[in-house]
Parts: sequence; structure tokens; C-alpha cells
Amino acid sequence: MMLDGKTLLVTGVLTESSIAFHVARLAQEQGATVLLTSFGRTMKITKVIARRLPTPAEVIELDVTDEEHLAALADRVREFAPDGLDGVLHSIGFAPEGAFNFLEASWADVSTAVHVSAYSLKALGVAALPVMKAGGSIVGLTFDAQFAWPVYDWMGVAKAAFEATNRYLARDLGPKGIRCNLVAAGPIRTTAAKSIPGFATFEDSWDGNAPLGWDVTDAEPAAKACVALLSDWFPATTAEIVHVDGGVHAMGS
Amino acid sequence: MAYTDDEILAGLAEIINEETGLETDAVQLDKTFTDDLDIDSLSMMTIAVTAEEKFGVKIPDEEVKNLVTVNDAVTYIKNAQS
Repeated sequence: MMLDGKTLLVTGVLTESSIAFHVARLAQEQGATVLLTSFGRTMKITKVIARRLPTPAEVIELDVTDEEHLAALADRVREFAPDGLDGVLHSIGFAPEGAFNFLEASWADVSTAVHVSAYSLKALGVAALPVMKAGGSIVGLTFDAQFAWPVYDWMGVAKAAFEATNRYLARDLGPKGIRCNLVAAGPIRTTAAKSIPGFATFEDSWDGNAPLGWDVTDAEPAAKACVALLSDWFPATTAEIVHVDGGVHAMGS
Repeated sequence: MAYTDDEILAGLAEIINEETGLETDAVQLDKTFTDDLDIDSLSMMTIAVTAEEKFGVKIPDEEVKNLVTVNDAVTYIKNAQS
């Protein structure tokens, strides 16, 4: 199995439609031990959903914008995984509603989006570093930030920052033997996606533009790519973005 | 064993009380979750997954937004049992 004997920290499991849920499920099926994170009001949902994985998973409290949570993360991980982590999935993003209006958005809304959705990759990577093994892998989820999309607005800018953060994190963690990569998934109808005003705009056009076609209800292709990047099968790949979008990123209009 | 309407209503009221602090008496069939009971989307998701566990049914994400009144939820859960 691809992840036999590995221990992974998986953020971002909210419901069974979450991409992170499918990563956790597939990772367990591939032999991994999985720890989840959640925080605040979402903790209760995550704990219920954690019991629906093939093997019920422990849930660690982690708000990536809370310095105390970040400082405590390594010790919390050690409680359940004394030998440390082989991988971390970053599946975290948030922007206030105002950030989805490009010309009207306030800096307060934009800064929240950048803090939660981009800076958090560095924050999570550094917080997990004391328990990360050499050969470990950090994987994040982006939405291709090369383009200006309809309705995505400052979340698109935050994703551009996220992609740059991945490159710098790869630069600085590479010498420690840790890889950092992203999966750029096409639109998937998760709870997070449905909260984006006008998300249907993406849904309507993607399938027709994708040479392989695209199913917005199927998170498994993106999750499989995450599992592959968390495995030992990309040992010399870092600072990379793997597109799992049916091929849309390479097409003209 | 299938739950009766009254049992589902009572169970939902307990779940809502635990999530929001609302008195169980306030959870009546004709009340709307959003306007009358002031339940936001995150609490609604929590209530839905907790109800799934309690009543042994499946409430897909896309169905949750269709549950406007408490009666909608009771009816959905009742039908989902069979």
C-alpha cells in the first residue's frame, strides 16, 4: 500500500463532501494512520464525521490563525503519534463575503482571506516541523491562481499568495528533507465551495472545457493526487503544482 | 424501529437545544430554522449530522438547505427511515 506505516495530519474535514475527508479515507485505505484537525464551532461536526472514516480518527484542535494552537500543535500530535508525522494536508481557506467583490472589498476582509488561506500554509508547516520526519510531505489545495476568474476575486489573490508561499516553504524545508506541493483541483461542490457566491458560474463551464470532462460532485481525483504526493512516489518533487482539473489549465478558450 | 413524528420532534428539539441553547419548547413544527429560531448555516449543518447519527438516516448536504421549517425536517427524517 502507498502509505503503509505512515502517519498524516489532515486539516479541513468538515463533511463527507470535503476533499480532505476523501484524502483521509483514501490514506487510511492505503495504510496510513490519520489525525484530523478542527476548531471552534466546526469541531463538533468534524468529530462526528471522523467516526465515518474507515477507521475513526482522533481530532486535534487547531485554528491556524491562533498562535497558541500553533505553538501547541507538536505536543498535541505527539499525544497520538509519538513517532511523529510523515505528512500534512493543508485544506484550509476562508474569505469573508466582502472579499468576493473585488473593487469594493475592504483591507480587513482581504487580510483575513490572505491570513487564513495563504499565510496559514507557512504557519502550519512551521508548527508541524518539530514532529515532521525527514522525507515528509506537505500538500495543499489550490484553485489555479494564474487567471482572474469570475466571482473568485480576492480569494483568487489569496490563492496566488498561497502558491507563492508553497514555493518559499519548499525552498526553506527542502534542506530538511520535506517536500511541499499543491494540487490545483477543478471546482468541486464542497461545503466551502458552495459558500462562494456564484460558484455555479464555474460549475457550468468546466466540464465542457475539460478534455477529460469534469464531475463537480467527485472529489476523489483530487484526493488521489493528494495521497500520491503524500506518499514516497514523488521523492524528488517539491514546489510543484499538480493540476487535477480534467485538463482545463492547458486549454485555450 | 421507526421513530414517530413526536419522537423525531422531541429528538430534534434536544439536538437544537444542545447546539444553540434554545429551549426545547420553542422548537415547534411551524417554526422556520432561520427566521424564527435564528439558526445559522453552520449550526444547521451540525444539527443535520447529529440528527443523522440519532435517527440513523442520511441527510445529504444539498437537502439541508431545503429544510426550511421544523416540520420539513421531521417529514424528511420520517421518510428517510423507510
